[in-house]
Amino acid sequence: MASHAAARNGGARRDQRPLKKRLADASAPYLYSAPALILIVTVMLVPLILGISYAFRDIQLLNPMSGGFIGLDHFRTLSQDQNFFRALKNTLWWTGWSVLLQFIFGLILALLLDKPFYGRAIVQALVFLPWAVPSFLAGLNWAWLFNPVVGPIPHWLFALGLMNEPYNILSDPQLSMWGPIIANVWWGIPFFAITLLAALQAIPRDLYEAASIDGAGPVQRFISITLPFLAPTIAITVLLRTVWISNFADLIIVMTNGGPADRSQIVASYIFTQAFKRLDFGYASAIALVLLALLISYSMLIVILRQWLLSKD
Amino acid sequence: MTGKRIVSILAHRLAIIAYVVFALFPLYWLLKVSVTPNKLLYSEGIKMWPSRTSFEHFDFVLKHSEFPTFFKNSLIVSGSTAIIVTVLASLAGYAMSRFSFRGKYWIVTLMLLTQMFPLVMLVAPIFKILSPLGLTNSLTGLVIVYTAFNVPFATFLMQSFFDGIPKDLEEAAMIDGATQFVAFRQIILPLTLPGIAATLGFVFTAAWSELLFSLMLISGNDSATFPVGLLSFVSKFSVDFGQMMAAGVMALIPACLFFLLIQRYLVQGLTAGAVKG
Amino acid sequence: MASIDIANIRKSYGIHPVLHGIDLAIKDGEFVVLVGPSGCGKSTLLRMIAGLEAVTDGEIRIDGKRVNDLAPKDRDIAMVFQSYALYPHMSVAKNMSYSLRLRKTAKDRIASVVAGAASKLGLDPLMERRPKALSGGQRQRVAMGRAIVREPKAFLFDEPLSNLDARLREQMRAEIKKLHQDLGATSIYVTHDQIEAMTLADRIVAMHGGIIQQVGSPLELYDNPANLFVAGFIGSPGMNFFEGRYMVTGDTASFALTGGIVLPLGGTANLQDGSRATLGIRPEHVVLGADGPDVMKASVDLVEPTGFGIIVHLKLGPVAFKAFTLDRRFLGMHGEVDVRLPVENLHFFNDAGKKV
Ligand SMILES: Nc1ncnc2c1ncn2[C@@H]1O[C@H](COP(=O)(O)OP(=O)(O)O)[C@@H](O)[C@H]1O
Ligand SMILES: [Mg+2]
Repeated sequence: MASHAAARNGGARRDQRPLKKRLADASAPYLYSAPALILIVTVMLVPLILGISYAFRDIQLLNPMSGGFIGLDHFRTLSQDQNFFRALKNTLWWTGWSVLLQFIFGLILALLLDKPFYGRAIVQALVFLPWAVPSFLAGLNWAWLFNPVVGPIPHWLFALGLMNEPYNILSDPQLSMWGPIIANVWWGIPFFAITLLAALQAIPRDLYEAASIDGAGPVQRFISITLPFLAPTIAITVLLRTVWISNFADLIIVMTNGGPADRSQIVASYIFTQAFKRLDFGYASAIALVLLALLISYSMLIVILRQWLLSKD
Repeated sequence: MTGKRIVSILAHRLAIIAYVVFALFPLYWLLKVSVTPNKLLYSEGIKMWPSRTSFEHFDFVLKHSEFPTFFKNSLIVSGSTAIIVTVLASLAGYAMSRFSFRGKYWIVTLMLLTQMFPLVMLVAPIFKILSPLGLTNSLTGLVIVYTAFNVPFATFLMQSFFDGIPKDLEEAAMIDGATQFVAFRQIILPLTLPGIAATLGFVFTAAWSELLFSLMLISGNDSATFPVGLLSFVSKFSVDFGQMMAAGVMALIPACLFFLLIQRYLVQGLTAGAVKG
Repeated sequence: MASIDIANIRKSYGIHPVLHGIDLAIKDGEFVVLVGPSGCGKSTLLRMIAGLEAVTDGEIRIDGKRVNDLAPKDRDIAMVFQSYALYPHMSVAKNMSYSLRLRKTAKDRIASVVAGAASKLGLDPLMERRPKALSGGQRQRVAMGRAIVREPKAFLFDEPLSNLDARLREQMRAEIKKLHQDLGATSIYVTHDQIEAMTLADRIVAMHGGIIQQVGSPLELYDNPANLFVAGFIGSPGMNFFEGRYMVTGDTASFALTGGIVLPLGGTANLQDGSRATLGIRPEHVVLGADGPDVMKASVDLVEPTGFGIIVHLKLGPVAFKAFTLDRRFLGMHGEVDVRLPVENLHFFNDAGKKV
């Protein structure tokens, strides 16, 4: 922008570096970022555009005759697809609970770690460890914990009288969704804790001292200093995490594969099933496009809501 | 010390302990089952530690399964991805941090956008693009895809590390007689080593964990990565818990090692980012 | 060593002009200080000479050779930064020899040059330390050492002393001056501190708002400021200004202050009768406890002893001004005092702020 304006500024103030040097100067940042950009464009942007076009085409991997444009046919099918609507409902459930629980436990953990205590560094490394566990392994690990053959959880629940006999909640249509949610919470707490801890440590300490001198108790200090300072971080991380978790199918695919009877199928895992198992890329892309549209509307809504709240103050 | 203070400190420590237990218990259980001999697996199924331990499952997995191949494949894929991404992200992050140029806004927008859209959406098109190039059943194909997926975030990460290094330093180097690229290599890069370590570790862990694209792009056992191998193992022999968990422990080791190495830098980097707002 | 010519240099960031046509000829071996308030464009000008900032318009010549398009490394100049910009991952010795290593100078020559610079700056015992393990003053010396090992055509300094405490600043100021006397290298020194400018410079360039206000020796600027800006910027405590109207009655002139008070002037100045003007006088020229026909009664507001002298805050009606005296009798002063503003020490500035 700037160089453009300067060039227009014209006549006597024309940039007088020779053309070759000007070109070299202007192209340097592009040269540095070119390799990354080329890769992103060819491996992400082009496929994204292709994927959008697939939503309007009949693409079946095993059918060489497929590939023609079929307009909105996929979307018509989609509007009748009960499985899709159930997956949509499940997505809300899955995302809502996962984000809420991750956030609450993450915030508490961050507040606990914000106080200095003996051994804090090692505790921090340990409680953040689940984040490093590969997501598929986290899924398998929790699936095993819920399995009455090798896992302790059903036996504990039985001992507490919450179960009539030790059985696997992952095969219970009423409860199967909670398995992946719990695994997700375990796996995602560190993310919230790390970002919130970073934000907490950026709050100037003397603010708390000033508030204490003014007679504010711990709860008042939390409400009047900590929360307002964290609010921007909370808003952005919750937004990003919501979008990310709605798209996060690994745990469900590994733990329940959407079952039993599609009771834990979310939209993301449904897309994967359509593409991977049925090899119906066209339909999978149509669903993905709807999901993308929903997520974009959600993000816009949040951003607009935020603007509105800010302008009201 | 007043009674109230003692109670509050006690509550704090108890809460911390609860978190540590919650975080570590699943991993502990994984380890426990993996060293429980088959004979005791069912009789002592929910005991906290078996009366006898053995490495028979590890032995089996290493000698009689294809896990060593999976492990090697994953190591190759994650290692190459981490190195390539870090190189690309250093260059791009440096440009974002040090130059103001017209395209910057668009590049940032593009990179943010890639963080937003569902990667599942790319499964089908990427398969269609890579398959005629012969890259669908190859580790190279996976490396290319993983590199592209990880470059945007790694670029932001590296940019924040570069932002923490004063511009004066490279200007001083340029006056001392260095070109901008020499200043980048001899002055800036050495100072970004912690950032480079964090990025390497972050990308390695991410690539090590990736499941969906590996499932989609790889069909044979020869180039399957660890997640795919483990998952197919699970669906085929879903009763050999000891062996599965032994394999799981092995999958865990590199990721956790990397994490423990870098976690300090990661929090540092994020703190720097948070301070900047 | 070299001469540096700056011809009609302009600089804009985007559409915001920062420098509006700077002309300056710096002679070989001269020590020139660019002084002015923060944000007036001193650093920008210096960085353009160094090649760190592109030139929007105009020409920079070093030894008569146009350097506008030369990279910093090809200009053969050295620079000392305000932050020192020492390479944190290199020892002091490595920091000082970096430029020579980049130029592939022979190893034994590097060793002898660096050792020479180190002993000149008293850095010998610190050569293997990292910058982190040095005090502020020591870092400053290393930054100087890094500049002098190269024997460059010119030295550029960008506020090199502002991160030091007052004592150290005074000491380093003297060392820089001594170094310049030894090496005789062309130097351009940027500062916002007028004392540094006065003490160091062969010539001062006073800048304000991207324009050179006056160029001259320190005493020229002090005794004969070209305009209100220079008059107010140079000197501490600063010059007193009185706004008002210049009036002539017969063959004597007077100055009517905006507050209503009329100062009798012994003679006349080069101003139109009835024109608006500003009258300036340095605090040390205000005569306290005077007698004679042109004394006025001023009320004492505040007395500040500095140890060396005394600053007296005075009021003439509503108009505040200061006097500086070495006479300790005035320490306990209060109430009213007779003051005289000797006409030979008055400076008149016209409506546009120009000295007349
Ligand atoms: N990179 C830049 N982009 C835009 N404006 C700048 C930049 N660098 C300096 N400026 C502006 O140019 C003016 C002069 O800055 P500078 O030369 O640093 O002043 P000084 O050194 O005299 O304090 C300031 O108003 C500053 O805001
Ligand atoms: Mg400056």
